[in-house]
Formats: sequence, structure tokens, C-alpha cells
Amino acid sequence: MDRLRSDLTAIAVLAALAAAPFVGFGEGYVLTLLARAMILAMAAVALSLLVGGAGLVSMGHAAMLGFGAYAVVILDAARIVDAAIVLPVAVLAAAGFALLTGAIAIRTSGVHFIMITLAFGQMAFFTASSLAGYGGDDGYTLYARSEVAGTRLLEDRLTFHFVCVAALAATWLLCRMLLESRFGRVLRASKGNPLRAQALGFDPYPYRLVAYVIAGGIGGASGFLFANATEFVAPAYFSWQRSGELLFMVILGGLAGLHGALIGALGFVLLEEWLSHQWEHWRIVFGVLLILAVLYLPNGLSGIPGQVAGALRKGDRRG
Amino acid sequence: MLSLRNLRKRFGGLAVTDDVSLDVEPGEIHAVIGPNGAGKTTLINEISGVLAPDSGSILFEGRDVTSLPLHRRARLGLARSFQITSVIPAFTALENTALAVQAGVGSSFRFFRAAASESRLNGPAMEALSQVGLGARAHIPAGAMSHGEKRQLELAIALATQPRLLLLDEPLAGAGPEETERLIGILKGLRGRYTIVLVEHDMQAVFAMADRISVLVYGRVIATGVPDTIRGNAEVRAAYLGEDDLPLAAGTH
Repeated sequence: MDRLRSDLTAIAVLAALAAAPFVGFGEGYVLTLLARAMILAMAAVALSLLVGGAGLVSMGHAAMLGFGAYAVVILDAARIVDAAIVLPVAVLAAAGFALLTGAIAIRTSGVHFIMITLAFGQMAFFTASSLAGYGGDDGYTLYARSEVAGTRLLEDRLTFHFVCVAALAATWLLCRMLLESRFGRVLRASKGNPLRAQALGFDPYPYRLVAYVIAGGIGGASGFLFANATEFVAPAYFSWQRSGELLFMVILGGLAGLHGALIGALGFVLLEEWLSHQWEHWRIVFGVLLILAVLYLPNGLSGIPGQVAGALRKGDRRG
Repeated sequence: MLSLRNLRKRFGGLAVTDDVSLDVEPGEIHAVIGPNGAGKTTLINEISGVLAPDSGSILFEGRDVTSLPLHRRARLGLARSFQITSVIPAFTALENTALAVQAGVGSSFRFFRAAASESRLNGPAMEALSQVGLGARAHIPAGAMSHGEKRQLELAIALATQPRLLLLDEPLAGAGPEETERLIGILKGLRGRYTIVLVEHDMQAVFAMADRISVLVYGRVIATGVPDTIRGNAEVRAAYLGEDDLPLAAGTH
């Protein structure tokens, strides 16, 4: 039942995103904003696989985006722009980084895991800042977007929009399938009761590591898209603030299902955008809203319907 | 089947397992009893691999498993239940049990097919649930079950791993009188089909079920034997002096 509701919500959100250009949200500026929201949502859904599925609260997920984005930069500088090469390299670079750092980080748990993923992320951040050949601190402006089969297909805003919708849908489907599989069941069991999982013969470590690498690869793919969306890449992609934002999107949306991360990411980006046009000191309001959300929405934005229904039932009983 | 050889474990200055040697025969229900703080749960933890003994060795079917971690011993067929109920609350009873089946059936590094629809997992899981009388409660989340039902589920999970040896740590702990009756019935039904090491506080139940009993006092085994021998043992009587829960009079059953 819950699963069905989660699926329907996610499908409805994805359908709305696909329909957006045809119902008055087709302007260039809006499409740019939506692309950014969808790309961050991809990374957030992958992070939700880790946090909600495996209990791995990573504070270094932005580094995965960073690796994907810098793969685009480094290949661009070498004049390699074919997406058929750039995308796999971006995914493998991020997954490789996830494998190396995850192999160490997953030996720890709780706060230590948060700190060690944060530390690895910052290492990557400072490494990127020191890459003088690729703009160092200042970042790197791409010569052009990646080419698809020799064409400049991704330059077209509407096409790019649908590429993002498709990528986000594929990410959601993949993560959903993983969580429902035998693999995902062991992952969820190890989160719910690690001692029980071990007593049944499951060592949680390899399962968690595989999940971490998969989430890393998805992060790399979203980094590839992010670089193409903005045509500019800076070390800030790796920053711990970005990791914190991604984690916040996941928690804001709610951990009850992958649809939470979808809603959280879209809500976060759109709210940030809207507020920033209202007042120049908008960050103060934004911060307060986020605190209120954590205090009063224990199940995140995706838990609101349940909360409202619960409150109504209570009111009925009283009345 | 299972042999403990000179097992020792100290927590600080306290010897909780003190030179324990014990043999469990195939097919028997071997109960370990003893007053509070005798080190019964510690012993189960050492056998299952949650705790490492300071010295001594544990042989399971002739193989030295002393240095194997919990999950490796489980793979060899050593299944355990926990004194404090240890199910996965967010999973349904069926899912809890199917996970246990999954441990024994093929690889769990399968990423594509939905595990919930695999009849290879659900079939044996339903069988284990029926064995403990939870067949009708398969789709209830474990977190929403009564305490007694969770104890039954704990048993079903252990059975679903198709164990060579069942380690049951106080399977009756916290169960009401009716639940206890039902659980004893279930455990009796397992006699002969599984080798069982049972740690239990409920003396009535132990003397009714066990083929052999070992008595643990301050980490030492002071006696091992069939229930009648244990009942007549002077040292055992002394250890339980002042406690009412040892049915000492023969023929109470």
C-alpha cells in the first residue's frame, strides 16, 4: 500500500516534469531552473538509496557530482566531447572514487561515517581547486555541450529537458528495483537490525559497498548532466555545502520512500529560487523554513498527506 | 555435533566462562540452566560468534570455528535466536522469514528481480511460519506483533535458515502463560528433527523438554546429565538453594 502510494507519487511528479514545457513552463529561464532541479534530484535519489535504504548518511555525495563534472572538463580540454565516451568516463570516475573511499568509510558507522565521507569530499574539493590547468579556484568554462552521435542535440533546451526527465526517471526506476531485489532486502535488513542480518549469515559490508558505488556512479551521471546544463564547472561542485544540501533534500522530502528525495530536491530548488527573488536577505527566511520543516514535518514533505489525514481523524474523534 | 573445549572468558576480574567443556549430541535438546549471572547468554554468544572466548576452542561438526565471525558460522548452519527479540521491525513476518531463506538459497547479489515475488523464497518461509503457528499473520509487520508472536517469529526465522544446530537463547523470555504453552508445544514438535541448545529460565519447561541438561554456576559447568540425574544432584540443589524454580521433587511431570 505504502509502496504503491510511493510509486504513484513518483510517477505523478515525473509526468508533471515531462508535461511542464507544454503547460506554460517552456521559457528558457524556467527550463534551466527545472533542469538544475532534476539533476540535483537524480543525485538526491541516489543518496536516498544510501540514507534510507542502507542507513549510510554520506556527507560527501557532492564529490560524486564533482567527479562526473570534472570528467567532462578534463575530456573537454582534450577536445573529447562525444557523450558516448564522456558519460561512461564520468560514471566510472565517480564510481571508482566511491569504491576507493567507500572501502574505507564503510568500515565505520554513525558519526564516524559522516565525518570520513566529509573528509574525503573535502580532499577532492582541494584537489580540484589546485588543478591550475582546469581553472583552479576559478573554474572552467566548457567549450560546448557534449555531442550525441556527432550532433549538438543537447544544445536544444527542450531536448535537454527531456534528457533530464528521462535520466531522472531511469535513476528512480533503478534505485527502486535495487531496493526491492534480494540485494536491497539484505541492505534494508542490515540497516534495520545489523546483528540479525549477521546472525543469518549476511556480512553487511559488501552490500553496503556495492550500494555506495552504485550511488556514486549515479552521482557521476548527474555531474555529467550538471556540467552540460551550466557549461561551467568549478570546485564548488565538490563542496561540503553541496553535500549538505543534497542530504537536506533527502531529509526534507522524507525517508519513507524514494519519492521523498524527488519531492525534497524539487521543493528545495524551487523554494530557493522563488525566495531569492522576493528579498535580498532571503537566506534568513530559507533557513527558518528549513528548521520549521525539520521540527514539524517528521516524515518530510512527502509525509504531509499522512500527517493531515492523521490530524483530521483525531479531530473527528474529538468532535 | 558441537564440542566446547576448555572455554574461558573474563570480563575484567570476573570469570563468566570458566573452563567450560561440553558435548552436544546430534538430535538432542540440550538445555543450559543456571542461576542469574551464571554466564548462560555469554556462552551462547561465544558459541554463535557474537563474542570471542579468551581461550579454548569450539568445534562444530568436527571443524574448529573458534575464530570464525558470526555470519560465517551462520553459513555453516549455526542458527540462533536472541533473548531480546531481534526481528526487523519494518519487515513483515513473511519478509523477515524470507530473508532467512534467502541466506541459504543462492546468491543475494541479485539486483533486478523483486525479492518479494520469488516463490523460491516465499514457499519455505511460509512453511516455517506455519510450523510456528504464524501462517495467518505472514503479512503483518513484525513491529506491530505481540511479544509472544515475535518470539514465534524469532523461531520461524531460525528454522528458515535450515540450521544444523539451533541455539535458542531464552525462547520463552517474557511470554505469558498461554504463549509459553504454545511455544513449548512448538519446541517439542522440533525434537528429533533439529539439534537444539536451549538456554532457558523456565525450569518447568526445561525439565519437560530437555534430553540432557548442563548446569552452569559462576561460569562453570557443575553437572551434565539427563533431567532425573540433574534433579538428584546435590551440588545443583545447593546452587539453587533458596530458589523455588527448580522442580526438585521427582515426578512433578
